[in-house]
Amino acid sequence: MEEVTGKILKVSGPLVVAEGMRNANMFDVVRVGEKRLIGEIIEMHGDRASIQVYEETAGIGRGDVVVSTGEPLSVELGPGLITNIYDGIQRPLEKIREKVGSNLTRGIDEAALDRDKVWHFEAEANTGDIVEPGDILGYVWETEVIKHKVMVAPKKGGTLVSLASGDYKVTDIIGKIKLESGRIENVTLMQKWPVRVSRPYKEKLPPLEPMITGQRSIDALFPIAKGGTACVPGPFGSGKTVVQHQLAKWSDVDIVVYIGCGERGNEMTDVLREFPELTDPRTGKSLMERTVLIANTSDMPVAAREASIYTGITIAEYYRDMGYAVAVIADSTSRWAEALREMSGRLEEMPGEEGYPAYLTSRLAGFYERAGKVICLGSDGREGALSAIGAVSPQGGDISEPVTQATLRIVKVFWGLDSSLAYRRHFPAINWLNSYSLYRDRLSDWCAENIANDWMTLTGKCLKTLQLESDLDEIVKLVGVDALSADDRMTLEVARSIREDFLQQYAFDDIDGYTPLDKQYALLRLIFSYEDKARKAISEGADVQTIADLPVREAIGRAKAIPYENYKAEFEKIEAELASEIEKAVSEAQREL
Amino acid sequence: MIREYRTIEEVAGPLMLVKQVDGVKYDELGEIELPTGEVRRCRVLEVNGRDVLVQLFESSAGLNIAESKVRFSGHGVELPVSQNMLGRVFNGMGEPIDGGAKLIPEKKLDINGTPINPAARYYPSEFIQTGVSTIDGLNTLVRGQKLPIFSGSGLPHANLAAQIARQAKVRGTDSKFAVVFAAIGITFEEADFFISDFKKTGAIDRTVLFINLASDAAIERISTPRMALTAAEYLAFECDMHVLVILTDITNYAEALREVSAARKEVPGRRGYPGYLYTDLATMYERAGRKMGSEGSITMIPILTMPEDDKTHPIPDLTGYITEGQIILSREMYRKGYMPPVDVLPSLSRLKDKGIGEGKTREDHAGTMNQLFSSYARGREAKELMVVLGEAALTPVDRLYAKFADAFEAEYINQGFYENRSIEETLDLGWRLLSILPKSEMKRIKPEIIEKYWVKKGE
Repeated sequence: MEEVTGKILKVSGPLVVAEGMRNANMFDVVRVGEKRLIGEIIEMHGDRASIQVYEETAGIGRGDVVVSTGEPLSVELGPGLITNIYDGIQRPLEKIREKVGSNLTRGIDEAALDRDKVWHFEAEANTGDIVEPGDILGYVWETEVIKHKVMVAPKKGGTLVSLASGDYKVTDIIGKIKLESGRIENVTLMQKWPVRVSRPYKEKLPPLEPMITGQRSIDALFPIAKGGTACVPGPFGSGKTVVQHQLAKWSDVDIVVYIGCGERGNEMTDVLREFPELTDPRTGKSLMERTVLIANTSDMPVAAREASIYTGITIAEYYRDMGYAVAVIADSTSRWAEALREMSGRLEEMPGEEGYPAYLTSRLAGFYERAGKVICLGSDGREGALSAIGAVSPQGGDISEPVTQATLRIVKVFWGLDSSLAYRRHFPAINWLNSYSLYRDRLSDWCAENIANDWMTLTGKCLKTLQLESDLDEIVKLVGVDALSADDRMTLEVARSIREDFLQQYAFDDIDGYTPLDKQYALLRLIFSYEDKARKAISEGADVQTIADLPVREAIGRAKAIPYENYKAEFEKIEAELASEIEKAVSEAQREL
Repeated sequence: MIREYRTIEEVAGPLMLVKQVDGVKYDELGEIELPTGEVRRCRVLEVNGRDVLVQLFESSAGLNIAESKVRFSGHGVELPVSQNMLGRVFNGMGEPIDGGAKLIPEKKLDINGTPINPAARYYPSEFIQTGVSTIDGLNTLVRGQKLPIFSGSGLPHANLAAQIARQAKVRGTDSKFAVVFAAIGITFEEADFFISDFKKTGAIDRTVLFINLASDAAIERISTPRMALTAAEYLAFECDMHVLVILTDITNYAEALREVSAARKEVPGRRGYPGYLYTDLATMYERAGRKMGSEGSITMIPILTMPEDDKTHPIPDLTGYITEGQIILSREMYRKGYMPPVDVLPSLSRLKDKGIGEGKTREDHAGTMNQLFSSYARGREAKELMVVLGEAALTPVDRLYAKFADAFEAEYINQGFYENRSIEETLDLGWRLLSILPKSEMKRIKPEIIEKYWVKKGE
């Protein structure tokens, strides 16, 4: 390819304008100046190209050289992605640290995938096979839990001329495919894919299976489907990051791609140091063995923040194509939108709401639409799912701002975090009154089959009780609790129990941090069993206050902290205790009469 | 060879346009020589063909377009650093103003620094005992954390910051400790309060001061915190010291930034602040931390006054999104005379969970902390209800909660600026206050911990 070389005319922060670029393509990656900083062409005006530079531009001036690479911004896809931590344009941060020390310098060239590491490839296809794009040629054990399937790249189907098992580096040729055009294409363990283009699949399917997170307020009240989309808006201090970390830790997916987009450096460090020590409840291995981290912290260059979201979701799509369930967790999409706004301002575009560019909504939609449950490319018809969860950081906690509103129009699940709950240390601070999940109906069949027939009834009852509580609270604030009927008092007590004994979940506790579905169900049963018995007792004459103060309620409150191994036996004990205490209360009340 | 330009075309506010310039780089430092021989400094904001837009660091008064000359230095803004900076006072541009000898620099560092590789950070987890119950017990500070104080006009944030600087220590260690203090557009009196407090306690010998007073050029404020952080980075990461950085007041900094942005006619974000305010603040705050290859650390306490005590104002709001928690001061507590007037419920330390517990503070810390928070929150609610409906409307338990909330404010929050409580004293006080409530209400604490620490009435 002909190399296009231009000269810089203008430098304004991360935006550089160069002339002599007529032959370059839109969205080509360019190298800027002596330091060979990485940039991307985002506008062309005749001979002039506007370039967003992914690194700090201090020291760049007029006349510096710009060279186009002729390729769009792409990521390398192959074994070695998992357990790695990358910056927004897929440079390996560990490698960079080894090379240049603990601070990030500029113009570093480091391949995303380790070029020297040798992987053992086990071939599954045979020479002579007709292969179509997406067909699995063989596999590499990338980590102890991830079987990395080596696939025929999109548009590269044909006849397999050669393929052999063996030990290879990512760039070694493992086989050859004769394309329909007759051209012979080399196959390596690694593929490249442009980040701004979504990877192809055969067909999109409706998501019908929940992504189980072990977080009670999510699984029970506002579930997300495998292949679904969700957003977590909340003011600072409401626990967005903790919710995101919990999802990354405990979601029952095969691969997690965690994108730290314009957030705190220490949070990424936390994930990086903590995940290797945590055990995945499903595999028994370290959680890091299924995690890819993309870190573009708030002090790193702003343009790369824009790219980081795409880098992350492209990697996720690649694993989805293997037939895995993948979750992309982005913290936070507001920082990404701000990066868009900054570039838009420098390009002197006409601003939309609050200075955000007019294309904010379409870009956001483009990102979330890359999620979904699909039939992957390939003749075996395997299914993969990609769930996307984005945090939103609305300014001042006001969700009427453009980023939150644009996101809400796209995503199906809304976990609204509330600072007043956080002040009361009710965590996760998901507000049950304004959050929603549009998957509840779709998932009901799966839940009835796999958890319990009345799962949806019980969780629906939770939502209703909490709604009633908020109505009753209005009355209590006006006239006091004494003015309520016994039935209403009971509703308040049950609502309190739902809030404190079920929804509140302490993320940093070993047992409470993750609750399997059957235990969640048992907890709900326990709470509603109290309600049923209590209401009956009251109708038989028992005193509301006595019923509300039963000693067993403390045991119900502590039920969530009972280890999973023996919760069934313990819960039965509590049930028995409950029955006997209620009976006692009723008989005492009747004796008094 | 350094070329001089006499081609200044425009001066408007803090900005100046120079024409027909060659070979100038983005973010380069420049010098303007006035006809009187006076030299002022500036920085390149934009290169557009042969036009260069620069931002002045000082006022433009007396600047003559026809006669003034501009030189570009070929490098960015730098700060000369050395260990001898300790005990010295500098102005907002890093020049000594204490009348002492000129600093002999060991090296010169670019004041913008470079981002820390997230893969090279250590997660902060060493407990710092500040001696303030509301911080140690509830919003624990750890080494390498950035924990701002959100204050309001007229609240004693300076006293609290000085108290922390005076009392903070990591127990069981004897490592080198230093304070870097940056006064950003504050009054002489406030700066003087800090300096005399440092002098009184002898801390001044371990302190580097950067002073930009309210009367100094507003535009100089943009570089003052970066000067301070560059000095802090040098002391922490090259001299292995544990550095506490106090930046006061960030609100003045953000206003200076807005001034430049407005002069450039940029599309404003909320309340006229530039859209990149978040990124700009982050490049300062994120310089706190601990990293591999160095023993030292930077712990940062930025102070900002919330306009109209409004937490959703862009400056506290964006700060809160970057920093690892916040200590919020409350006018209500201040009026009640409770010092330091910390508003406990919205205050938060995000890094506390890794810095507390057995081996760091005490095994009962996490449980009692959560219990105190939720009990105090419920007590406050009960008190609000009491105001509307009278005490009789409360349940007996809620009455106890209200009593607890009062005692908590009067004893736990209210400790004064000169009492230094050890973490054990803080925790024990917490238990004593919790004993106002029935034992069965202790839902946040593990039963075995309750058995061990529960204070019986009358003890």
